[in-house]
Amino acid sequence: MAHAAHAGHHDDHAHHTPTGWRRWLYSTNHKDIGTLYLLFSFMAGIIGGLLSIAMRMELQEPGLQIFSNPQTYNVFVTGHGLIMVFFLVMPALIGGFGNWFVPLMIGAPDMAFPRMNNISFWLTVSGFCLLIMSLFFEGAPGSYGFGGGWTVYPPLSTTGHPGPALDFGIFSLHLAGAASILGAINFITTILNMRAPGMTLHKMPLFAWSILVTAFLLLLALPVLAGAITMLLTDRNFGTTFFDPAGGGDPVLYQHLFWFFGHPEVYIMILPAFGIVSHIVSTFSKKPIFGYLGMAYAMVAIGVVGFVVWAHHMYTVGLSLQTQAYFVFATMVIAVPTGVKIFSWIATMWGGSIKFSAAMHWAVGFIFLFTVGGVTGVVLSNAGVDRYMHDTYYVVEHFPYVLSLGGVFMIFGGVYYWFPKMTGRIIPENIGILHFWVAFAGANILFFPMHFLGLAGMPRRYADYPDAFADWNRIVSFGAYLFFAGLGIFLYGIYKAYSSGVQAAANPWGPGATTLEWTLSSPPPFHQYETLPRIVDTEH
Amino acid sequence: MGSRRGAGSTLIGRGWVATACALVAGVAALPALAAGTGKPEPWQIAMQEPVTPIAHELHGFHTELMWIITAITLFVLALLVICVVRFNEKANPTPSKTSHNTAIEIAWTIVPVLILVVIAIPSFRLLRNQLIIPKADLTIKTTGHAWYWEYEYPADQGGGFKFDANMIEEKDLKPGQLRLLATDNDVVVPVNKIVRVQVTSADVIHSFAMPSFGLKMDAVPGRLNETWFKAEREGTYHGQCSELCGQRHAFMPITIRVVSEQAYAAWLTEAKTKFASTDDGSRRLADAR
Repeated sequence: MAHAAHAGHHDDHAHHTPTGWRRWLYSTNHKDIGTLYLLFSFMAGIIGGLLSIAMRMELQEPGLQIFSNPQTYNVFVTGHGLIMVFFLVMPALIGGFGNWFVPLMIGAPDMAFPRMNNISFWLTVSGFCLLIMSLFFEGAPGSYGFGGGWTVYPPLSTTGHPGPALDFGIFSLHLAGAASILGAINFITTILNMRAPGMTLHKMPLFAWSILVTAFLLLLALPVLAGAITMLLTDRNFGTTFFDPAGGGDPVLYQHLFWFFGHPEVYIMILPAFGIVSHIVSTFSKKPIFGYLGMAYAMVAIGVVGFVVWAHHMYTVGLSLQTQAYFVFATMVIAVPTGVKIFSWIATMWGGSIKFSAAMHWAVGFIFLFTVGGVTGVVLSNAGVDRYMHDTYYVVEHFPYVLSLGGVFMIFGGVYYWFPKMTGRIIPENIGILHFWVAFAGANILFFPMHFLGLAGMPRRYADYPDAFADWNRIVSFGAYLFFAGLGIFLYGIYKAYSSGVQAAANPWGPGATTLEWTLSSPPPFHQYETLPRIVDTEH
Repeated sequence: MGSRRGAGSTLIGRGWVATACALVAGVAALPALAAGTGKPEPWQIAMQEPVTPIAHELHGFHTELMWIITAITLFVLALLVICVVRFNEKANPTPSKTSHNTAIEIAWTIVPVLILVVIAIPSFRLLRNQLIIPKADLTIKTTGHAWYWEYEYPADQGGGFKFDANMIEEKDLKPGQLRLLATDNDVVVPVNKIVRVQVTSADVIHSFAMPSFGLKMDAVPGRLNETWFKAEREGTYHGQCSELCGQRHAFMPITIRVVSEQAYAAWLTEAKTKFASTDDGSRRLADAR
């Protein structure tokens, strides 16, 4: 820009648009950082996805075919889990869409701390590099990488893996955790202080609400994880015995600390998806969201209750009757606000004039599949029944039904919904719809038979299984390949969006799209809202 | 392994059993034990057959849950289908502007609470029955090792020996033994007796699991966990380690043989000579084999 010539007048420096590598490496622009997060998470997701494809190829037939050493399979399981949680779902939903759309929706010119935003992103990338490096260092004696699961339970993660692989893994989580804490501080400050005049919290779009609640969860949960893995680090290297009974420690302490982080973590991954669903459903039903306040406070309730249910991951470690009974009760409570969300989305659609765009396909698919995952969660919440399901494929099914079919579906839903806004290009609707059906079929073929395997008793994290499980496993593997093949359609859609050259309008979705981002051009200017918008809507 | 009968007692299980029975109608020779008991079956879609009071209660409760969650899922699906059919752009060009209805919002908060209460009552009953251990006739201590289970029968109950149970490698399998499930030394217990199982670990965390008994208990180093079962039917039952424990996690199965009281007494006599005594503390297992 030529504004540099007028630098004497006022601070035109801020309007300078950097170019080339400086624009991306030094970026302080929330939209550029959001784009970086989305590209990064897509790349990480491909790597994490390839790990799972290798796992499914191994499990397609009984016996050991791909992994001559089953420990390598465990390493793949661990890498897949950590990558999908920390480097796909979180960066995409929070770093990607959160950065892009929270400032746009609340009428803010940028995030509160743009440079901190930059360091958040590059810490995430550094964390990912450390995690990939850990795959190539010795872990368990005689094999590479850490194979103790994404939960990193000691003593398997202390005495079981003497090599340096896990130390890299711990540092990776430290960096990813620090990145998330900085990001959370940034979001909280931005949302609480930088809303446009007139936008009270009760007028704020639900996606911004979801990111606000998520940011608080991150801020409270991640330091606990950081503490737990630091104790692990000193147990491994400096002779402490926090988790070693031989020195007065207890391995179960680690599980309490981990799940105190781990359970809020699953809501950290799913709440932003809730926010995106609300926007898509409201936009394409051409109706305001039904029960807005209920929706916002249901997320707050899920966030609060999410902190007091952690030991439902630990029903089999030997907790007392009273402890287990409490966690059964607390866990069941979560079903209530979750139900409020499901029914409110349906009530939003009810009476609407629904346009079944690609994004709406993904959102409706999400609502149904999240219901399936949610009700199996109610089954698992009962300690008595969980005794049978714990550590079987029933849990392996429940987790992806809410996160893969939940979180990942809404990453795609969000991309199809906001791609015109982010790039000014349009992915042809029929390609997005085809991608949806392939992914929907693939994911269900992939995950639904896991119910059966779990009920039949197949334990998770097994490189080889009794022959009776072979038939369903073969079907599960084909589902995985189908789901992965769907990505080809997605990439083709993006190629078409750029090759066709069609420019997106400021608001391609019509009267239902009422949030502020649709008042800007597509793509938005490098710096938006030089005059702050004034919100005059009535209170919800 | 010959039969293809699924073990089904759940909602979807019943339909499957009917189909599967039709499939195997021509197959005459079923094994003496009902298929799906104590081990998984091909195409099985329901839980393994229960053989303890706890497992029976667990199955009954799970069946009840299956009815409830299937109904909820179908209800949500029906609502979505109605939305798709009635409220699409063509069928309903003018959207309503309704965004509040206090009555329905209260309803969809209260009704789930009531459903959860209905679930909670049998849930807490089952939990009590699982965790309050009745007076035991027999105690067995099992210790998880990477990667095998060690079992100890206390001396004051006619035991006084311990032994290791390793998985039988594929090349050594005898006919009828299941790959990855059969062990060289089975745990033997008498039928219809209350058995208390103490579970601990010598190295990393393992988990002692027996699906047919509705039983799973983590083996945590430094802790002695307790659980119990009362097997009501003689037979051989298989379970597998259920907490990731390293390279051979998938290869440390658990096999429990439930036998008559006479057979158990005979086995005890034999075991005392065959296995290492708990008194001297040494591991003479290799010799004993």
